[in-house]
Amino acid sequence: MATQTTYNHGSQSWEGEPGKGSAQGWARGLGWFSVGLGFTELLLPGPLGRLIGVRDHRTLIRAMGAREIAAGIMVLKERTPTRSMAARVSGDIVDLGLLSAGLGSRGARRGRIVGAAAAVAGVTALDVLCTKQLAEREPSALAETVQTIAINRSPEECYQFWRDFENLPRFMKHVESVRVMPEGRTRWIAKGPAGMRVQWDAEITEDRPGRITWRSLEGSDIENTGSVRFERAPTGHGTIVRAHIQYRPPAGKIGSVVAKLFGEEPSIQAKTDLRRFKQMMETGEVATIEGQTSGRAHVEQSARAAAAHA
Amino acid sequence: MKANCWYGKHDVRVKEVPDPTILNPRDAIVKITLTAICGSDLHLYDGYIPTMEHGDILGHEFMGEIVELGGRVNNLKIGDRVVVPFTISCGNCFFCEMQLYSLCENSNPNAWMAEKLWGHSPTGIFGYSHLVGGYAGGQAQYTRVPFADVGPIKVPTELTDEQVLFLSDILPTGYMAAENCNIHPGDTVAVWGCGPVGLFAIKSAYLLGAERVIAIDRIPERLRMAHEKAGAETINYEHANVYDTLMEMTGGRGPDSCIDAVGMEAHMPGPLYAYDRVKQALMFETGRPIALREAIMACRNGGTISVPGVYGGLVDKMPLGSIMNRALTIKTGQTHVQRYMRPLLERIQNGEIDPTFVITHRLSLEDAPMAYQIFKNKQDECIKVVLSPN
Ligand SMILES: NC(=O)c1ccc[n+]([C@@H]2O[C@H](COP(=O)([O-])OP(=O)(O)OC[C@H]3O[C@@H](n4cnc5c(N)ncnc54)[C@H](O)[C@@H]3O)[C@@H](O)[C@H]2O)c1
Ligand SMILES: [Zn+2]
Ligand SMILES: [Zn+2]
Repeated sequence: MATQTTYNHGSQSWEGEPGKGSAQGWARGLGWFSVGLGFTELLLPGPLGRLIGVRDHRTLIRAMGAREIAAGIMVLKERTPTRSMAARVSGDIVDLGLLSAGLGSRGARRGRIVGAAAAVAGVTALDVLCTKQLAEREPSALAETVQTIAINRSPEECYQFWRDFENLPRFMKHVESVRVMPEGRTRWIAKGPAGMRVQWDAEITEDRPGRITWRSLEGSDIENTGSVRFERAPTGHGTIVRAHIQYRPPAGKIGSVVAKLFGEEPSIQAKTDLRRFKQMMETGEVATIEGQTSGRAHVEQSARAAAAHA
Repeated sequence: MKANCWYGKHDVRVKEVPDPTILNPRDAIVKITLTAICGSDLHLYDGYIPTMEHGDILGHEFMGEIVELGGRVNNLKIGDRVVVPFTISCGNCFFCEMQLYSLCENSNPNAWMAEKLWGHSPTGIFGYSHLVGGYAGGQAQYTRVPFADVGPIKVPTELTDEQVLFLSDILPTGYMAAENCNIHPGDTVAVWGCGPVGLFAIKSAYLLGAERVIAIDRIPERLRMAHEKAGAETINYEHANVYDTLMEMTGGRGPDSCIDAVGMEAHMPGPLYAYDRVKQALMFETGRPIALREAIMACRNGGTISVPGVYGGLVDKMPLGSIMNRALTIKTGQTHVQRYMRPLLERIQNGEIDPTFVITHRLSLEDAPMAYQIFKNKQDECIKVVLSPN
């Protein structure tokens, strides 16, 4: 008889992330709809204009497209996309307004415009419903993310590198410094927007090869706990690193800095930091294009030069 | 320096931009002596690859001279003459160790974007949108080359730039396309598309032992080149039904393997073309898999479909039933360039391949905007453009 394997590494049970409800599912669906529609508007303003009965408005339709894509991406990026859903709703209302303005413009085909408006109105109703559901459930909840990555190094090597906490800023994008203090404490400083800094002290609650856990101390700008585990992967596959981070951003001004730092897409950010850890471990450097040349650099320079002359 | 930058659909401009600098210890700066425009660049030029930004420097087929080295590149020195692979690969990860260089896990700083679109990210690529890293490309006077200790290959002085330039992409791409066909003696291989990739796929199929290669396109000078320079029998798909002709040529069985060297912007006479164009334009599919569908339907039972042609996202009307019921194998991927550079360099040195035959236009970097136009529109019998930047 075949033996059944249950994937129960340590305390991890495989039930997915908490708190993923249908409102979020809807939000993602609408996000993708926005991106698709947006690309259509952006790339094909002419044919789309004809299809929905508004000619001669290419630029406008393109602008609507750009707006739609931006809104869609915002929805997709956020874990609990209340704010961007609100942006979507206002965007829908703009589109509705433009379409009803189109009813009056020359060359407009009424039947088609009404059809398009009905479609947009349908989407708007969904958007409003979804925004309401999300708003109702938005709490001062603990934000949480679990991320994993496979690294082509041994668990010991990965642990050693991470355990030297002063290495962490080399791959954690927003962390400026980690200072090791007496009694298993560390002082973290992270960069915020516009030169703002957030700071917290943490204590190591567990530290053995294979697992490090920490917890922020009283008076931290961000209350957070986390763990990182280094598990041996099947032969020839190195290490599976698992990071589990929970944090509660405070309210107020610092809260908004923190939200900017961690709030926008904590899962992508944590994943990116893990990936950068992997790059350090495997290649000895972090892949980047930051600071490379482009046709934009030139444009910015001349804009600056022009501004200096004005 | 001067660089050819992307500013939108059908809008590329040669601009004065800051010189590249070393950003990481394994970087090198290459002063470019020769660079090329690829069929893949046309997908960017035509606006079909998302996440391009205004001002991005294009180009992924280039070679030149090392002028600056990061502290951890020990196998190269200033003044070395190198060809640079279009895939940026670290050499250390799980995939690089298996020589699957185009799947390098460490070279795409925007891997999360690719994960959203494709589930996982492939390697970083020069000048090929932010989905695959946003790296500044090689249609420029200088380029920064990451992981320079792994990618660039030194070339002997007795070979000219034109003889070795295509080791950067299209020669390995054509070769891998043929290798993926798992060719046995006596095999018949059909190749859709007689652009540079298709032409090198034809050549490589013969090198790997195919007995017959049948090439399909509609551009007369490309079909002529496929026949005269690469030795293929040809079908002009505007004059003949491709499936019927292939069946007639193979006794009704179909080619043993089929190569799609066309990709997402395939063209076709007739209403199905309009169907795909509209769906692609409305973003219901991001590629027009016309050649691919035809290749699948034509391939013999149990045969192999090899797809070097680039696709971006979703396609429609894939004959999956044909693939499943007839036990077809599909092999594809961005080319694992690093794996093929050295053996193909040897073949060039031995005189087994002279890749220069595809070059029809030798221009200067400043001419890039015009060159994109004629290459895109197949004007002036253009098949492959090389550009001199310095
Ligand atoms: N896998 C890789 O790593 C890799 C590398 C380089 C290029 N590519 C891809 O390979 C493809 C070809 O590149 P290229 O430089 O030769 O481009 P190209 O544009 O010069 O050639 C494409 C050819 O296909 C022909 N064609 C169009 N529709 C056809 C159809 N329905 N049937 C038959 N032929 C048709 C065109 O007439 C043209 O001659 C592109 O998609 C390019 O992006 C992939
Ligand atoms: Zn190419
Ligand atoms: Zn790699």
